[in-house]
Amino acid sequence: MKPFTYERVVDAREAGAAVLRANAKFISGGTNLLDLMKLEIEQPAHLVDISQLPLNRLEDLPSGGLRIEAQARNSDVAADPRVRVRYRAVSEALLAGASGQLRNKASIGGNIVQRTRCPYFYDTASVCNKRTPDDGCAALSGINRVHAILGASDSCIATHPSDMAVALSALGAEIELLAPDQSTRRVAIDDFYCLPGNTPHIETVLRPGEMITAVILPAPPPGWQRYRKVRDRASYAFALVSVAVIVATDRETITAARVAFGGLAPKPWRCLDAEAALTGRPATLATYQAAADLAVNGAIGRGYNDFKIELAKRTLCRTLAEARQLGIGGPS
Amino acid sequence: MDTFTKSPEVVILRVALTVNGKQHELELDTRTSLLDVLREHLRLIGTKKGCDHGQCGACTVLANGRRINSCLTLAVMHNDDNIVTIEGLGTPEALHPLQAAFIEHDGFQCGYCTSGQICSAIGMLAEVELGWPSHVTADVAQKHITLSDAEIRERLSGNICRCGAYPNIVAAIRDVAVGASE
Repeated sequence: MKPFTYERVVDAREAGAAVLRANAKFISGGTNLLDLMKLEIEQPAHLVDISQLPLNRLEDLPSGGLRIEAQARNSDVAADPRVRVRYRAVSEALLAGASGQLRNKASIGGNIVQRTRCPYFYDTASVCNKRTPDDGCAALSGINRVHAILGASDSCIATHPSDMAVALSALGAEIELLAPDQSTRRVAIDDFYCLPGNTPHIETVLRPGEMITAVILPAPPPGWQRYRKVRDRASYAFALVSVAVIVATDRETITAARVAFGGLAPKPWRCLDAEAALTGRPATLATYQAAADLAVNGAIGRGYNDFKIELAKRTLCRTLAEARQLGIGGPS
Repeated sequence: MDTFTKSPEVVILRVALTVNGKQHELELDTRTSLLDVLREHLRLIGTKKGCDHGQCGACTVLANGRRINSCLTLAVMHNDDNIVTIEGLGTPEALHPLQAAFIEHDGFQCGYCTSGQICSAIGMLAEVELGWPSHVTADVAQKHITLSDAEIRERLSGNICRCGAYPNIVAAIRDVAVGASE
């Protein structure tokens, strides 16, 4: 690890100016950044510790939504009664990620901006356009079993690793940002992440010195929420495919639907076409399959990850059926 | 990669830590992990370094009562924090109930992961007391958690045992947990 200077900021207004120093980074939980620093994939010369900022509350909004501040820990948010009852997809997604120890450390803001777990990104002996622009992509012709089938490019096929962000996408969450000049803005989560194109090192629309201060959840949409994650182990592994669904039905008809995938793309992958194909249709397997076909429309397998196309479809059908059953069986 | 700016020389900062009830004032390279402080500076070698990447859980300690991976956090970020390691839980003459249960149930073979398993279990049981749900909880909105074996396994999934003593680890924790069921 390269040496670095360190400061802890206790006033959010000072954070942006502090991080505008050359080659400085924010650190909060550190569970991803510190790992990357050990490998010298990240080499900040200065760390600005924002973990102690008074930004760890959850507050109800007049709109019926919920504002989750960025320094709340993943474990606290997953366990919050309001999240568990009104935004169960968020709670389920958080609990499907990492381990108890890591969730106690990891912040909500950090969860959103964590880096890919592409093994070639982590292997500094391999070429990687995300680490070094125009270096090449070792995953394209490598063991690309965990890689993206949607939204990727010939420069990068890495996936975004967050479970929580998938649930946030289905819910239509916004990210609240604070700039060094104290101006704030909100960005819809689906607009927050950049697709790789030929610049995979640019991952978000964050501007220099901008800090995530909160996630804004709109009032919960009608329907039952479910997050399902398919992975190589029963616990403590990243997703091969995951999906967040929200399904409302009136008798046998789907009246509203939300669908977002994880593990398939460089960002949480919201499927508006699939949602449209579900809405107003009978809640049957044929409807789910038609929506699933639309969800993976344009998917490109790279060899080892071809199986993800079929797995994504089956995972969506299964989870839609499950969410509907839960919605019928319990309160929504 | 970010534009490379020449790294500073080694940076030393003063850090105050309370470890197992004892206060320490340390001068540390900013790069020092909490784990390396415990082992290399304070010589508390009960906490183990396995993967050093947050994947194995051997380094689990309690920070302000919460279980964390001490390898994946910087000591300077824990200034004034209260840390408890395996050495702070019991003594050979007066074992912590979980330590006694791990012996009783043969919850280890080589023992390398055991300190982390026990610290993790203590943190986990506190989380259950608070009613925190897990990935295997049938309904995340339910208020009461029944600590089934499936719940114990899921909640301890951040602690890997290379010897595969898992059934006995689960048995030891079940034995100590209040209200645990099979």
